[in-house]
Amino acid sequence: MTGAGALSLVLEVENLAAARGLRVLFEGLSLRLSAGEALELRGANGSGKSTLLRILAGLTRPHAGTVRFAGGGEDAPRHYLGHLDAVKPSESAEEQAKFWARYFGRDTETAITAMKRVGLTNRSSVPGRGLSAGQKRRLALTRLLIEPRPVWLLDEPTAALDTEGRALVSQLVADHRAGGGMVIAAVHGDGFAGSRVLDLASLKAGAKT
Amino acid sequence: MSGSFSVFGRELKLAWSGGGGAALPVGFFAASASMTPFAVGSETAALQTAGPGVMWIALALSSLLPMERLFQADLEDGTLDAYAGSGIGMEGIALAKTLAHWIATGIPLAIVAPVLWIMLQGPVDAIGLVVLAALIGTLAFFFFGSIGAALAAGMRRGGLLIALVTLPLYVPTMIFGAAALDAAANGADWVGPLLLTASAALFGVATSPFGAAMALRTAID
Repeated sequence: MTGAGALSLVLEVENLAAARGLRVLFEGLSLRLSAGEALELRGANGSGKSTLLRILAGLTRPHAGTVRFAGGGEDAPRHYLGHLDAVKPSESAEEQAKFWARYFGRDTETAITAMKRVGLTNRSSVPGRGLSAGQKRRLALTRLLIEPRPVWLLDEPTAALDTEGRALVSQLVADHRAGGGMVIAAVHGDGFAGSRVLDLASLKAGAKT
Repeated sequence: MSGSFSVFGRELKLAWSGGGGAALPVGFFAASASMTPFAVGSETAALQTAGPGVMWIALALSSLLPMERLFQADLEDGTLDAYAGSGIGMEGIALAKTLAHWIATGIPLAIVAPVLWIMLQGPVDAIGLVVLAALIGTLAFFFFGSIGAALAAGMRRGGLLIALVTLPLYVPTMIFGAAALDAAANGADWVGPLLLTASAALFGVATSPFGAAMALRTAID
């Protein structure tokens, strides 16, 4: 399920601070995460969970501090699943999965397999606008399966999913960790079995920039 | 590399399936050229004088129309995040998307250009040149436009910003392109101005993906 060499992967975060505009969301975040581990990000709305995930994904620059993926290189292959599902309204579900397979240089068979795994096979010809919120989320999850990457950054992956969908995500995360992958996820409610927890509320910044 | 190619293929398909992406720009282009006789008068001499200039103004403004949505949809639905988070260069994405949209919209614009050329009393034997010049011109307009499109992607009603940023970049292409058509209309040598138009277009193709990529990275930050 995971790329080779992932076992030596370590994430090191040092003294990280994130800001949105003039507001510092959190500061002084240091952590170390090894391959096979999962980290749950918790905290109230607006505490910086999504921003932290975006920083780890390399999408947003940190206000201060450093993020380093040791072992997997500076640019350890990551998957970032934000709360937007990147689903196109006019393309069918299967076309979109196949697009991502081509995008990552995989054959279309991996897209079909991934569609089956997330339970979307019977919705494969439905255009994106016809999918429910949960089905869109499932379609987004296919990206994780199409291209095996050691680091998964998931922003509330179970949002909009039904009970069966939540179980699916837990299973995917467990499989990924068993294969030496690393998972960092923002969650509300039920977390993943055996994962570490980081409460961003404890790092809330008092000062203004 | 497979990333950019697949994005190119997808954009081409989306541009056609999304309700005829070329319809509005082509309609706008045709309408503005067909209005000209009513505005400048229908005398052949007047139309021949105004024709090349009107064609290029209409072509430039029609090329601006699809720019607002060029990157905006991808930014809004999270696709740009998925592209950026997958470690594939934003430059390749910008190049692939702009090229696909040029093929979907710029080429149809060039195809209808001769009809408008005839309507504006341009000489029939210059039709081939008109198509070629319109192809080169729209290529330049789309690529320079992509910089404005990327800058305005994260903004509501960014259309005005696109026009402000992009129109100055259109100027060299506009001058050389109109000069080439003017020369053709008057039976003068059009090769020089056309080559200058092409060089402006090549400059746009070569540099604007980098500018657009920089703006897009800021937009998703």
